[in-house]
Amino acid sequence: MSKPLKQIHLAAHFPGVNNTTVWSDPAAGSHIEFSSFAHFARTAERAKFDFLFLAEGLRLREQGGQIYDLDVVGRPDTFTVLAALAAVTDRLGLTGTINSTFNEPYEVARQFASLDHLSGGRSAWNVVTSWDAFTGENFRRGGFLPQDERYSRAKEFLATAHELFDSWSGDEILADRATGTFLRDARAGAFVHQGRHFDIHGRFNVPRSPQGRPVIFQAGDSEEGREFAAAGADAIFSRYSHLEEGRAFYADVKGRLAKYGRRPDQLLILPAATFVLGDTDAEAAELAREVRRQQVSGATALKHLEFVWNRDLSGYDPEGPLPDIDPLVSEEHISRGRAQVRMYRDPVAIAREWRELAEANKWSIRDLVINNGNRQTFVGAPATVARTINEFVQADASDGFILVPHITPGGLDPFADKVVPLLQEQGVFRADYEGTTLREHLGLAHPDAAAPAERAAS
Amino acid sequence: MSSATSSTRPDPHSHLHLAVALDGTGWHPASWREPVARPDELFTAGYWADQVAEAERGLLDFVTIEDGLGPQSAHPLEPDDRTDQVRGRLDAVLVASRVAPLTRHIGLVPTVVATHTEPFHISKAIATLDYVSTGRAGLRVRITARPDEADHFGRRRVDRIEAYDSPDAQGLLTDLFDEAADYVEVVRRLWDSWEDDAEIRDRATGRFVDRDKLHYIDFEGRFFSVKGPSITPRPPQGQPLVSALAHDTVPYRLLARGADIGYVTPRDAAHARAIVAEIRAEQQSAGRAGETLHVFGDLLVLLDDSRGEAEARRARLDALAGEPYTGDAPIFTGTAAQLADLLEELAGAGLTGFRLRPAVAGHDLPRISRDLVPELQRRGRFRTAYEADTLRGLLGLARPANRYAAAAATAV
Repeated sequence: MSKPLKQIHLAAHFPGVNNTTVWSDPAAGSHIEFSSFAHFARTAERAKFDFLFLAEGLRLREQGGQIYDLDVVGRPDTFTVLAALAAVTDRLGLTGTINSTFNEPYEVARQFASLDHLSGGRSAWNVVTSWDAFTGENFRRGGFLPQDERYSRAKEFLATAHELFDSWSGDEILADRATGTFLRDARAGAFVHQGRHFDIHGRFNVPRSPQGRPVIFQAGDSEEGREFAAAGADAIFSRYSHLEEGRAFYADVKGRLAKYGRRPDQLLILPAATFVLGDTDAEAAELAREVRRQQVSGATALKHLEFVWNRDLSGYDPEGPLPDIDPLVSEEHISRGRAQVRMYRDPVAIAREWRELAEANKWSIRDLVINNGNRQTFVGAPATVARTINEFVQADASDGFILVPHITPGGLDPFADKVVPLLQEQGVFRADYEGTTLREHLGLAHPDAAAPAERAAS
Repeated sequence: MSSATSSTRPDPHSHLHLAVALDGTGWHPASWREPVARPDELFTAGYWADQVAEAERGLLDFVTIEDGLGPQSAHPLEPDDRTDQVRGRLDAVLVASRVAPLTRHIGLVPTVVATHTEPFHISKAIATLDYVSTGRAGLRVRITARPDEADHFGRRRVDRIEAYDSPDAQGLLTDLFDEAADYVEVVRRLWDSWEDDAEIRDRATGRFVDRDKLHYIDFEGRFFSVKGPSITPRPPQGQPLVSALAHDTVPYRLLARGADIGYVTPRDAAHARAIVAEIRAEQQSAGRAGETLHVFGDLLVLLDDSRGEAEARRARLDALAGEPYTGDAPIFTGTAAQLADLLEELAGAGLTGFRLRPAVAGHDLPRISRDLVPELQRRGRFRTAYEADTLRGLLGLARPANRYAAAAATAV
């Protein structure tokens, strides 16, 4: 007995402000002009993707006390560009990363509810938290939450936003000219929230939007992050794009749903994935090597080594051996505004491991950075990539992917033109949109429909 | 082109500027009950796209979009429990952005509330609106003294104003406007925090930006401090337009310190002349005497084929509302020609343009674009085609130098 094939979900991540994005390629266009965003969104919609995804960072990154200048720098305001993209697309979901530390629930709820209205039900919110006083320097509320308060605030922020979304049930606007009744209920939008982080009350002023609430994404990977997602998120933007680790993560998170009265299909797992296509697998592999060299210049290699060494390594030759001095272990980090550096929990051990790896392979600093953790997720001819993606999803390593092209804005086009038709032929990806809202694309119930079941289960 | 139009010698200096203030189904509280109104579409993109397209058809300089951080109310300082008027609204910046790709020339000026929002967020939002509209963005900044709106944020306490002329009320309002002035200063500095040529894409050195052309704004004021630089590069206009509505000396000072356009509400030409003189004096004290600061008159308008018809319509709307509507701005009832007469008279008193508030959007906005505009064109007082691609261009404002680039050049 074979189980029915899972349908794959695909999304497009606008190339971001890190070295995955190759700005030096002659094909690379503007990262800020609206025409680039419109091109990218239209390609994703032509390919029937579920949604477009935008990341966010609220302070320009610094390294060694200076603004980091080797990657793309600068991006638009998330809400504003998504609202404009709603005008040039019809079905594509619009997912924005919005920070719960440097915003207030009333304002963010208004913005998402407005975006949902203005896009006809296509909005999604990737809820992220921040921890640093560095970013906080840009905000009147200031920065800085102790590490252990981040999720506590994020949870309460999201719960409060949900209370605001739910403060209108959807049938309040009567607009009956004859009786002069605009609102059926004078108290529409009334809310009271008293908690540790937010103590607010009053009336929310955006009526219920087509999706009820935006689709909720979560991106954190910690134990707390996984529970946060299992308790209430609709999708996870994960980093596990390799088969075995993907299956482990998938099983772990889906396994946490039952205790919240939720079914496995109520939380989608969507890892980020990069890709390089060629006419043949061999050609693609060669292209992928070239792309990695473009992504890691000598200067970039030294800067990436500094993430671990936490020292100024500008005196080293990127074509030479790794430094024999040890990393500086300190609360102060040479790199600021970059979440990645927190992953290196034992830098001295990592440095030792990397030195051994470089010596064994006769790698320079640049070779090491190119070869270490920088490989594209899918490399091959279109048929190979389509097959690999499908196998991955059918093996329950994910429910689909959020693809991150390395060229702006045209990097998604070859995937749309060559890989998507193959997935459609295999019957694992939609040939056309069936619904109009992002919830419908993702197979998620409307919150009003889901609510009775959830109440019954709890 | 008709012969009348072609015989008119265009003189940009005698041209009036015209904007329309969009708010729901219109500014009269009973406007939603008119057959032409579309109250059940207020929360759709199509409704707003149609409104702005109608204004663009009339070659207007820009539209403003009202907003607030709480439900509309018949009371200026607290919410009400009325069910007979429109309640609820979409975020104005997002409405503006949603219609930007659908329009080509008209400026888009959403309302932002300085009192409870982050200048860093708003600066990049308006910069982004400027990108998506390729140079047609502005903002209209306002404050809120409503205690219930403060309670929506829970971050500060705003005491209820009992009497506007009490020392407490004056102190509060002065603080809120001073804060708004700081807010505008931060928003503007952030727009300049990237020099225009900061993005270099220098393949030889691998540098995407020249970081010497990115600037910390290091703003520290009484109410907040902001470091910078912005995460969004300098917008196409350099400085999108900043505007504010003002009824008194304290807000006139905000205009003088940071705005490109002020909306004022004179009762007549003499009052207009006095207001303009006061704003010019404040502008002088703020050290901005040499800069263009447009002063627009705000009027709520009911336009019909005869004055009697317009007055009858006003009476009918007032009856529906259960009370005569009186807002902060003068109310005009009459024909397009009579309105043109009034605008010319007020322009003679020093106003350079007008922001018209349609009493009923579905009726009075087309009357503005299809009756008033042709009337002003016949008189040689309004453009017959869009003459610029940016909002600053339409308003005769040059693209400004970057304050930080200028500072760097001076330092050399």
